[in-house]
Amino acid sequence: MQCQICNKNEATIHLTEISSGTRTEMHLCENCAAEQNITVKSHIPINELLSGLLSVQPTDEEIAGPTLEHLTCPNCGFTLAQFRKEGVLGCPYDYEVFESVLQPLIEKAHDGKKSHCGKIPASTPIDAKKQMEIMSLRRQLDDAVRSEDYELAAVLRDKINQNEKQQTN
Amino acid sequence: MELNNISNNINEWFDGSGPLCDIVISSRIRLARNLAGHKFLSRCSNIEKAEILEKLKSAIMALDIGDEISYISIDKATSLNRNLLVERHLISRHHALGKGPRGVVISNRELFTAMINEEDHLRIQVLKAGCQLAYCLEQINKIDDMIEKKVRYAFSPRLGYLTACPTNLGTGIRISVMLHLPALKMTNQIEKFFNAARDMNLTVRGLYGEGTEAASDLYQLSNQVSLGVKESDIVRKFESSVIPEVVEYENAARKELLSKQPDVLDDKISRALALLQNAHLISSQEALFLLSHLRLGINMHDYMGASTPAIKKLHDLCGQGQTRQISIATINKLFMLTLPAHLQINYGKPLEPNDRDILRAKIIRSALNQETQSS
Repeated sequence: MQCQICNKNEATIHLTEISSGTRTEMHLCENCAAEQNITVKSHIPINELLSGLLSVQPTDEEIAGPTLEHLTCPNCGFTLAQFRKEGVLGCPYDYEVFESVLQPLIEKAHDGKKSHCGKIPASTPIDAKKQMEIMSLRRQLDDAVRSEDYELAAVLRDKINQNEKQQTN
Repeated sequence: MELNNISNNINEWFDGSGPLCDIVISSRIRLARNLAGHKFLSRCSNIEKAEILEKLKSAIMALDIGDEISYISIDKATSLNRNLLVERHLISRHHALGKGPRGVVISNRELFTAMINEEDHLRIQVLKAGCQLAYCLEQINKIDDMIEKKVRYAFSPRLGYLTACPTNLGTGIRISVMLHLPALKMTNQIEKFFNAARDMNLTVRGLYGEGTEAASDLYQLSNQVSLGVKESDIVRKFESSVIPEVVEYENAARKELLSKQPDVLDDKISRALALLQNAHLISSQEALFLLSHLRLGINMHDYMGASTPAIKKLHDLCGQGQTRQISIATINKLFMLTLPAHLQINYGKPLEPNDRDILRAKIIRSALNQETQSS
């Protein structure tokens, strides 16, 4: 269909106007529409348009999925597909290699808990041991703040500071 | 340790003694550990498994835990012997059915075991009769410390002891109490117990895993969460709130039976006694079910002073004081010794299921009619 004004270009803008019960249609090319001060607005706000587009694109997870799926532990040759099949890991190092996938599973299995608190092997290097003590104190501090036990929280805060000072020394 | 020597008696932790023993049969704590610098077992060749086995076996066999210890090779054991160890809770079914070089270290009193190359390189457990979790934790910690002086465990400051399955991560601890809950079942309240356990992130399983709970009224209640909580805090929670609550529920159900449905209670106990004293063919499932009702009757007499006609009759049969013929230990002995592998090992050769049912009925009849025969 040709533009009704210039009769040259292809009409790409189609206007339908209903005024006093009378319906008129106009078919214009982009240039003539601009001359008539007819601005073309997108029917969909840009953010909606973008998110709409994104939803049909693969998500980060979907993109990452196949990559992770083929990720192999350099230490034991283990893959995620094997973990899904067997339910057990191949070596201690897998916890680092597949951290992004395992972390949510770990939290789910352990009632939202993220890190260890409890026995530490005596052979653990002192630094790591101290670090864990600090982590444990932080957890206790969080609990104390949550239960509004500010006296205990202050004591714990001092302990943490003291421990951290010792660490840096 | 000769398995023939242990097969004709019950383990010490199953003798019906210990705190809260009318409901809490036993306490158990296990720790899962793996050696640093080795793959987990699913990726290990038999050669590497043998290396791990040797390392851990020699480390543990050199320990002085205050009781003599023996090593049993599971891959070389007969399937009957493996089943015997499962029935005695000394190894898991997973270990019995596993592949490759694997074994178990067992203390003479059967209060300590160390499974090597089960799901993790090492799973140590300490058991005790009744509710004695704090004691179990103290013992297992000592043993763990001793082993740790000889080997290096896979450990991460963030995730704790690294285990093959992420569900055991952190402390690697699994606390488990075996509970006898027949009254909750009879009063249709057992579902409430299951739901309450689930709400507290606890797992309930039958005596030998799924499906066996209905038969014996014995349930194993254990923690699910092993990361982000201290070992002592889990034990404290069990001892100060979880166990007392379950014991209170079960006791309330027992009292309710006594006051509102004494005939239901007496019917169960009388039928159990009559069948066990007279049956000539009895499956192990039926035996577990009926022996559970006798255990309930004896405990309700001893701990609640109940004296309904059936409980009184059972009590008379049991005898009193020094001359007591039938105790909870007797019931537990009948319970364990009539399980398929025990039955066959004590008989000296494999038996067909029908022959096992005949032998089982004979053993139970003879034990329960002893007193009436002698009087």
